[in-house]
Amino acid sequence: MTAAPAVVRPGGHSHAAPGATTLAVTGRVLRQLRHDPRTIALLLVVPSLLLGLMDALWTEQPQVFDRVGLVMLAIFPFVVMFLVTSIAMLRERTSGTLERLLTTPLPRPALLLGYGAGFGLAAALQAAVTTAVGFGLLGLETAGPVGWVVVIAMVDAVLGVALGLLCSAFARSEFQAVQFMPVVVLPQVFLCGLLVPRELMAGWLQAISDVLPLTYAVDALQEVGSHPAATGRMAVDLAVVAGAALLALVLAAATLRRRTS
Amino acid sequence: MDAAVTVTGLVVDRGHRRVLHDLAFVVPPGQVTGLLGPSGSGKSTLLRALVGVQVVRSGEITVLGRPAGSASLRSRVGYVTQAPSVYADLTVRENARFFASLYGAGSAAADRAVADVGLGDAAGRLVRDLSSGQMGRASLACALLARPEVLLLDEPTVGLDPVLRVELWEQFHALAAAGTTLLVSSHVMDEAGRCDRLLLLREGRLLADSTPAALRARTGTDDLEEAFLRVVREQQAELPA
Repeated sequence: MTAAPAVVRPGGHSHAAPGATTLAVTGRVLRQLRHDPRTIALLLVVPSLLLGLMDALWTEQPQVFDRVGLVMLAIFPFVVMFLVTSIAMLRERTSGTLERLLTTPLPRPALLLGYGAGFGLAAALQAAVTTAVGFGLLGLETAGPVGWVVVIAMVDAVLGVALGLLCSAFARSEFQAVQFMPVVVLPQVFLCGLLVPRELMAGWLQAISDVLPLTYAVDALQEVGSHPAATGRMAVDLAVVAGAALLALVLAAATLRRRTS
Repeated sequence: MDAAVTVTGLVVDRGHRRVLHDLAFVVPPGQVTGLLGPSGSGKSTLLRALVGVQVVRSGEITVLGRPAGSASLRSRVGYVTQAPSVYADLTVRENARFFASLYGAGSAAADRAVADVGLGDAAGRLVRDLSSGQMGRASLACALLARPEVLLLDEPTVGLDPVLRVELWEQFHALAAAGTTLLVSSHVMDEAGRCDRLLLLREGRLLADSTPAALRARTGTDDLEEAFLRVVREQQAELPA
């Protein structure tokens, strides 16, 4: 320490505006991503590669690729953002930065919203790239406008972020956090109507499917797939997904305890 | 002057174990108070309780006239954990500016705090590439930039070379001279002599609440390590066998 000792008088700072702290968290999350170019590359490239693999798989049945590939545009960002967020939050917990943040004026909802916005932006970029590859290179086709596909994928990614934040509250280690993925994500993928059309499911499975948010994201995409213009049903679906994401964020804020033992 | 921190009847349990037994003490403002005790004596738990992130079984903690952990205290009390709690995948400057924005302090305050802990030259480096001593100072900078009235530091000098350690203690006293109240934990008794006041903690009980001079006089030794031992023996002698 070559500098003279600081003789700063304590106190006297103005308080940060509530929106400013949310933005600060968002900026920080994005800055952390920027220092990790490999993660950015994986985020942007992997879903497109998998989509390409599916295209190759169903070369002889392009109508199957149109159906499955479209649904994948909702599933990829959901899964990836769920994983990335739960690990990021867990790191925050184990590194002591979460405890430190809880001693600062940062409100808990601002922390979670900031995370949601940061990873939501990353997800938007991912959705844009995957959609561009799917429709531009792989010949994916829908009746409705592609712009809605990107919007649905984005909202779905925010749902993944919100559920990841919520689930990380119940994980004490990385091993646990990673295993929440199959617990939370796979049943939603199984029951969303991709593997078996919802009408053909047993009644109780349909009932479960009805309360799983991914079902609505997939339904919204299927609406875009089969209708030339945005439908009311698609709008309702989107609202349900967004509402579920908001609910998960509220629950995550409620489970984020300031005082721990 | 009013006490910066007042603790009465503080009991903390972690699991089925009692970690703090009925602590009561007062931390005077504008001084460096040392919280001394061996590893596992409850120092970190006590600091966590003071900052309001520890579940407390009973007792009262008042910081700057308010219950510990009150929302209004969060911009007035700085807390630096023992393990550096900064983001390893951000640069020192990015870390400081992030925490500055939470306190409503500008990036100038952030950069100044980084320079004050001697990391001006390392400001653009990622925290994960720093030495552990540098990480600790980066973590300290993120608390200093808020210009807290009360600064709680958990073992801030662990792993620092002797020169840095002396400089850090000079900085603590400069902060105290400017009006900041500091509570600094340490398990190294040779740091006790640098404090204005001492709290000796052992197995969750307060053995002494004194000044270094008074402790030396009471135990009849100049060596504070030895003084600590004598206080421990005194207490053990008082307990019925």
